[in-house]
Amino acid sequence: METLLAFVIGALVAISVYLLQRRDLVRMVIGIVILSNAVNLLLFTAGRLTRAEAALISVGATLPPEGSANPLSQALILTAIVIGFGLLAFSLVLVYRTYRSLGTLDAQALMEWEFKE
Amino acid sequence: MGIILAVFSGFVLALVTPWTTRATGRASGWIYSVVPAGITVYLATRVAGVAAGETTRVAYPWVPGLNVDLSFYVDGLSLFFALLITGIGTLIFIYAGAYLRGHHHLGRFFSYLSMFMAAMVGLVLADNLFTFYIFFELTSFASFVLIGFNHDEAASRRAAWQALLVTKAGGLALLVGFLLMEQVTGTLQISAILETGDAIREHGFYTAIVLLVIAGAFTKSAQFPFYFWLPNAMQAPTPVSAYLHSATMVKAGIYVLARFHPVLAGPDLWIWLVGGIGALTMLLSAWLALQYTDMKGILAYTTIMALGLLTMLLGLGTETALKACLVFVLVHAFYKAGLFMVAGAIDHSVHERDVTKLGGLRAAMPATFGAAVVAGLSMAGIPLLFGFVGKELIYEATLHFEPAMVLFTAAALLANVALVASAGLLVIRPFMGATNQLTAHAHRPDVGLWIGPAVLAVLSLGLGLAPWLLDVPILAPALSALMGMETAPYLAIWHGFNAALGLSAVTIALGVATYMAWEPIRTSAPFRSLERWLGTGLDNGYDHAIDGLLALARAQTDILQNGYLRRYLATILVTTVVAVGYGFGYYGFEGPVLSFVNVASYEWVLSVLIVGGASGTLFLQDRVALVTSLGITGFGIALVYLMYGAPDLAMTQFLVETLTVILFVLVLAALPALNEAASIGHRLRDGAIALAVGGMVTTLLLAVLHQPFNNRMGSFYQEFSYSEAQGRNIVNTILVDFRALDTLGEIVVLLIAGFGIYTLLRLKRTPAATADRSSVSTPTIEQVSS
Repeated sequence: METLLAFVIGALVAISVYLLQRRDLVRMVIGIVILSNAVNLLLFTAGRLTRAEAALISVGATLPPEGSANPLSQALILTAIVIGFGLLAFSLVLVYRTYRSLGTLDAQALMEWEFKE
Repeated sequence: MGIILAVFSGFVLALVTPWTTRATGRASGWIYSVVPAGITVYLATRVAGVAAGETTRVAYPWVPGLNVDLSFYVDGLSLFFALLITGIGTLIFIYAGAYLRGHHHLGRFFSYLSMFMAAMVGLVLADNLFTFYIFFELTSFASFVLIGFNHDEAASRRAAWQALLVTKAGGLALLVGFLLMEQVTGTLQISAILETGDAIREHGFYTAIVLLVIAGAFTKSAQFPFYFWLPNAMQAPTPVSAYLHSATMVKAGIYVLARFHPVLAGPDLWIWLVGGIGALTMLLSAWLALQYTDMKGILAYTTIMALGLLTMLLGLGTETALKACLVFVLVHAFYKAGLFMVAGAIDHSVHERDVTKLGGLRAAMPATFGAAVVAGLSMAGIPLLFGFVGKELIYEATLHFEPAMVLFTAAALLANVALVASAGLLVIRPFMGATNQLTAHAHRPDVGLWIGPAVLAVLSLGLGLAPWLLDVPILAPALSALMGMETAPYLAIWHGFNAALGLSAVTIALGVATYMAWEPIRTSAPFRSLERWLGTGLDNGYDHAIDGLLALARAQTDILQNGYLRRYLATILVTTVVAVGYGFGYYGFEGPVLSFVNVASYEWVLSVLIVGGASGTLFLQDRVALVTSLGITGFGIALVYLMYGAPDLAMTQFLVETLTVILFVLVLAALPALNEAASIGHRLRDGAIALAVGGMVTTLLLAVLHQPFNNRMGSFYQEFSYSEAQGRNIVNTILVDFRALDTLGEIVVLLIAGFGIYTLLRLKRTPAATADRSSVSTPTIEQVSS
């Protein structure tokens, strides 16, 4: 499954890079969302997968069961998901604001606007 | 302690003068000259000790981790130069006070001048390569602000920039040379490096070190082909020209060559490069000087001639040559600073410096005239003046330089002939003859304007009559330090009838003839073209080099920073892909065997959903469909987390994904669809970049997965989660216990993002934006070629 995920992640990165190069700001933001998902998955896979146990310690024990999932990559990803959402929300509102103020969602037009100022 | 005071009192004065000059007023020059005079007296008390062979070293740790000390070293050579700097400095301070009397930026001027003097003293006394370099750069900076002192004139600004760029470029080369020296000798301490004997000469870095050090010295001391900045630097007020660009700063390059002479000189590379370029510079500039009618122009080129001569002597490297070098440093400083101050006094009096327009000033300016005559005679090398002693030694040196006696003697002879003529131009033309309209109303100069040249004239005359006074206290310790061994030189006014005396006679005779024939020589075609090629020609070459540099920068900016996000992305990503690809190509790729046999069927389904959902965002136009498609990817990933033992992640991902979809739907409802008309060519190019990056990530991940996994950190948390943090959910203990501060930081970031969002939503629409809205808002714009 790790090998398969490597290809899935590659595909997600390729799609997000393609989207980031579009002129439509909304698609750019979608590119950011997919890229952060891809990176989270990358961390998860690089921290090795286990189909067995979650990183939990059962009542009465002091150590998690042998072969349980790697908690470190999960902690990292948890942070990344939340921060990624913050970034998304901010970017999306910024795009919305840009449209309300300047009347366009076209990165090209924004550039021309900037040079006109 | 005294040494530290000697170096830093100038910096203190530089901080004080901008505030006190209003109070000191007309007496500013006299009052401030107490500082250089005091340092001179202090240094003079060291002369006896140094002559007896003692050296002093003081060191304070500065950057101990890098072995950089604030250290100073007083030996014969450094004391020789330090005395020259502060001694001439005292006279220049007095002169500047009179020359710039009433100038509204007088305080600023003295501040720059003191800063320069302190930096120069620090430079010659420095005993650490970095200390040395820092003071070296400080002198360039001081020169920059002083040349550009009249900053409202474009010519001054250009000259200041030019001097700065040329000398700083050389300074960087010098720094690299110093670093290599440190590599070879293992120390930054200059006095220790001087003890290493042949270590540098025998090292493989020798050629590089010599070339780099020479680059620093030649730019600073205006050697061919870098000398063009020095005549332009004459834009500075005359006291600055006299002090920095003739007597002291330009000798910093000479000092560099002299300081490291014991460890660098000797091999053919040094002799021919330093000696040869020095001789060439000397010869060219001596005759270029005769092309000018502006006194400061003549003085500038004869200064370059003197610097070339000093460089040549350091290249020859024989004992006589080095002795001649030291003596000529003094000779030149005395007459050249004097003549500069004379030129300034004339300019001050009649507002004209063109020798063809001046005349008959001897009556109006008797003291200046007297000083000018002595300086001019010393410059021409007439017997009984200090200049004669210097010139005899120069001929002695070239006549005894066996490998190329004729070549160097001829060069020195020809250069000195032109120098005699220049001396005539500078003294006879302005002062002798009849007064004219311009000079008839010359007013008598103030004492401050002639006291400096007068003192220097006394020195030129006195040392010409009794040069042996210098033997023991000054010359012997300096020469010993320069040669790296004990010597006992002596100076005399009479060496008997020898070849040098004959050459002196020839020089004077030819010089007088050249002076007589000055007008025809100046206007003759060959000399005109000499000036056009090697005078203004080099200056124009500098302009072309700068223009080329700017054009290159513009072209590079246009390519790399054109404002298109996708161009930046493409540049960064393609560079990364190429770098990583090169890494794989170089080290080889080791990945797992690509086998999908034990992938369960639901895992295939999940993968297809994730990739399929993401692919949908590429071509779906309808916004709701777009968001749905994006949602499929996110929820698919949440399922992956759930399957592989990460329930916390899955839960968060579900939540966040839901919020994301809601947010998109809300926002997109208010936004129009944009139909992007990208050409097929652009799509293909973007697609190729995207595939390359995706492929790179897959390859990297496969390579990582193939490596053995060392999870020391993960195991640590597994082991201590319960015992240390009393938590059963390890991921949670990491976030809220082990790495609680990081989590706090993250919450703060979210809070700030929240504030940002709130502000953006509440922002009032700007009127300007509304007015122009129609002109920008075009739903479909042709993709502009990028």
